[in-house]
Amino acid sequence: MSNDPNAEVDPALVSTRSVELVVMALLLAVAVFLGWDNWRIGAGWAPDGPQAGYFPFYLSVLLGGAAIVGIVSVLRSVDLRDEVFVGRSAFGRVLRVFIPTILFVFLVQVVGLYVASFVFVSLFMIVIGRLSPWKSVLTGLIFSGLMFYIFDVQFNVLLPKGPLEAAFGF
Amino acid sequence: MEALDSLFHGFGVLLTFHNMALMLIGICLGILVGVLPGLGGPNGVAILLPLTFTMDPTSAIVLLSCIYWGALFGGAITSILFNIPGEAWSVATTFDGYPMAQKGEAAEALTAAFTASFVGSIVAVMLITFLAPWIASFALRFGPPEFFAVYMLTFCSFVGLGKEARHKIIISLTIGFLLAAVGMDTVSGELRMTFGSVELLRGFDFLVAVIGLFGISEILLAMEEHLAFKGQEAKIRLTVVWRTWMTLPRYWMTLLRSSAIGCWLGVTPGGAIAASFMGYNLAKRFSRDGAQFGKGKIEGVLAPETAAHAAGTSALLPMLALGIPGSGTAAVLLGGLMVWGLQPGPLLFVEQKDFVWGLIASMYLGNIAGLIIVLATVPLFASVLRVPFATIAPMIIVSCAVGAFAVQNAMFDIWLMLGFGIVGYVFKKIGIPLAPMTLALVLGDKAEDAFRQSMIGLDGGLGIFWSNKLVGTITTLALIMLFWPLIGKLFDMIRGSGRTPAGAASSETSRP
Repeated sequence: MSNDPNAEVDPALVSTRSVELVVMALLLAVAVFLGWDNWRIGAGWAPDGPQAGYFPFYLSVLLGGAAIVGIVSVLRSVDLRDEVFVGRSAFGRVLRVFIPTILFVFLVQVVGLYVASFVFVSLFMIVIGRLSPWKSVLTGLIFSGLMFYIFDVQFNVLLPKGPLEAAFGF
Repeated sequence: MEALDSLFHGFGVLLTFHNMALMLIGICLGILVGVLPGLGGPNGVAILLPLTFTMDPTSAIVLLSCIYWGALFGGAITSILFNIPGEAWSVATTFDGYPMAQKGEAAEALTAAFTASFVGSIVAVMLITFLAPWIASFALRFGPPEFFAVYMLTFCSFVGLGKEARHKIIISLTIGFLLAAVGMDTVSGELRMTFGSVELLRGFDFLVAVIGLFGISEILLAMEEHLAFKGQEAKIRLTVVWRTWMTLPRYWMTLLRSSAIGCWLGVTPGGAIAASFMGYNLAKRFSRDGAQFGKGKIEGVLAPETAAHAAGTSALLPMLALGIPGSGTAAVLLGGLMVWGLQPGPLLFVEQKDFVWGLIASMYLGNIAGLIIVLATVPLFASVLRVPFATIAPMIIVSCAVGAFAVQNAMFDIWLMLGFGIVGYVFKKIGIPLAPMTLALVLGDKAEDAFRQSMIGLDGGLGIFWSNKLVGTITTLALIMLFWPLIGKLFDMIRGSGRTPAGAASSETSRP
C-alpha cells in the first residue's frame, strides 16, 4: 500500500484476498454439507416427479461449483493481493457500532424493546458520539416514547415488552 | 380505451381523505428514508411493512409505494448537496450534481433532478397503464412450465447482464434459493435443511434478510467510512424553479432517451442502478459538448435521474403483471402483497381491480405530489443530515430491529437480522451482489413449485420447456440471456471489430 498516493495511515487488518478466500471456502463447505443433507432426504425422481431434495441438491452443486471458481480466481488474481479489506481503525469503528447493537438486542430480551431502545440511543449518543448527556437522554426519551405511541397505541403492532410496561398496565 | 376507464376507476378509489393522507405521509417518510444513509428503498419499505398488516391492501400499497417514490426523490438530495449518494442509483447524479452545487447552482441542480425524476416515472407509469393489463391478460394463459420459464428468464438475465463476476452472481442467486428452500417442503411436507431446529422450521423470511442485508450492513459501512456531512446550502426559490423549467424543453432528447433506457432496464431485472449509469454515459456521448460533463452540466443531472426513476417505476410492471419483481424494492412490495393475502400474478388484474388500479393511479398522483413536496421541503431534509450520525445510527438500528421482529413476532429474527447484517457487510466488500439473493429468496418457493408442477409425471425430461411455441420462446430467450456475454463476444468476432457491446458501456458501480 505504501506506493499508493491515496493510502490512508490506517494499517490493514486483513486483505480482501484473505477474506474472499475464507468466504469462498466457507461457501464450499456449506454447499457440500447442504448437498449431503439433501441427498440424504432424496434428490432423485419419485414416480410423481422430483423428490424434496432434488431442487436444493442441484442448487448446492451450483453453489459449490461457483465457490470453487471463486477460490481459483482469487488465487490467480494479482490485484487482490494488495487490496485492503478493512483497516485497523476502520474496523474499530465498525465494532463500536456492532457491539453496542448486540448488547441492545440482549437488552431487548430482558427489559423489552422500548426501554432497551431508550438506553441504547441515549448511551450510544453519550459514549460513542460524545454528545451532551442531557440532550442524549432527552432524545432517547422522545424517540422511545414516539415509537411506543406509533407502534403500540396507533398501529397495534406488538413488540417485546418488559417489566416497566407491565407496571403501567400495558 | 379500457385501460383509461380502469384508470379513472382507480383515481376514484384513491381520492379519499384517508388514502391521500397516507400518500403524503408515505412520500415524506420515503424522502427521509432516501436521505438517510443506511436506509434505502428496499429496507425502508421492509421496516414499515409491519405497520400495514392491519390496513386494507389498497391503503397499504399506496403508503408503501409512496415511500418508494419518496426514496427515489430523496436519493438526489444527498447526491447533489453532500456528494453522498443516498442510494446506489444516485451515484451517477453526483458526477454533475455536486459540481453544480459547488458553483452555487444547487437549486438549479435539485430542480432539474426532481423534474427529471418526475418525467422519467410518468413515462414509466404510462407504460405500465397500457402495457401491464395487456401482459397480464396474455399471462393468464400461462401454466407452470411458462411461469418457470419466466422465472428462468429473470434469473438468467441477472447472470448474463450483471456487471459483477458471473460466479459471484451465481453464488448470490443460489444462496437465496437455498435459504428459500429451508423449512417445510410445500409439495411433500418433508423437512429440508432444518437440522432439528424449531426456529428454522418457519424458514427464512425474506423481509428479515432484506433488513439485515441492506440496513444493518449499510450502517456498518457508513461507520467504517467515517461519514462526515459537509454539504452545500439548499434553498429553492420559485423563480429558480421556473427558470430551470424553462430551459428543460431544450433537453427533450436527453429526457426521452433516458426514459426509454430506464423503462427497458427496469422491466428486465438490471435495475435502476445500471439505468442511471447508462443514461449518463449515453447523454455524454450524444451531447454537443460532452467534454463539459462532470464539471457541472445540467444534462449530467437530468440523464441519470430520469433513467433511474423510469427504471425504478417500470420495475413494478413485471411485479404487477407476472408476479415477478424487477428490483429489490419491488420484491419487498411483492412480499407485502402475499402478507395482505393477495396472490401476485396476472389474476390480480381480474380479481383485485380496485387494488391494481388504485396502485397505478397512486403512481400518477404520488409522483406529482412527490415533486411538489420535495421541492418545498429540501432545506428541511438537508438539515436532517446535519444531525450527528451517532444520533441517527442507533435510531436506524432500533427501527431495523422493530421491522425484523414484527414480521413474525420472533426474537430469533432479530438475531437473524444481525447475522444477515454481517453477511451483507462482507459480501458488499468482496463484490457479491445482494439483489439477486433477495429476488431468489422471494421467488425461490414459487419457482420450485412451478418447476415441480411442470415435471409431474415426467421422468426428468426437460422437453416440457420446449413443448409449445410460447414456453419454448421464453426458455430459449432465457438461455440467450444467460450466455449473452459470450454471444456478444462472438458477434464482435464475426464483425471483426473490437467494439464492446453497447450494454457493457462503462458502467462502473461504486458503492454509495
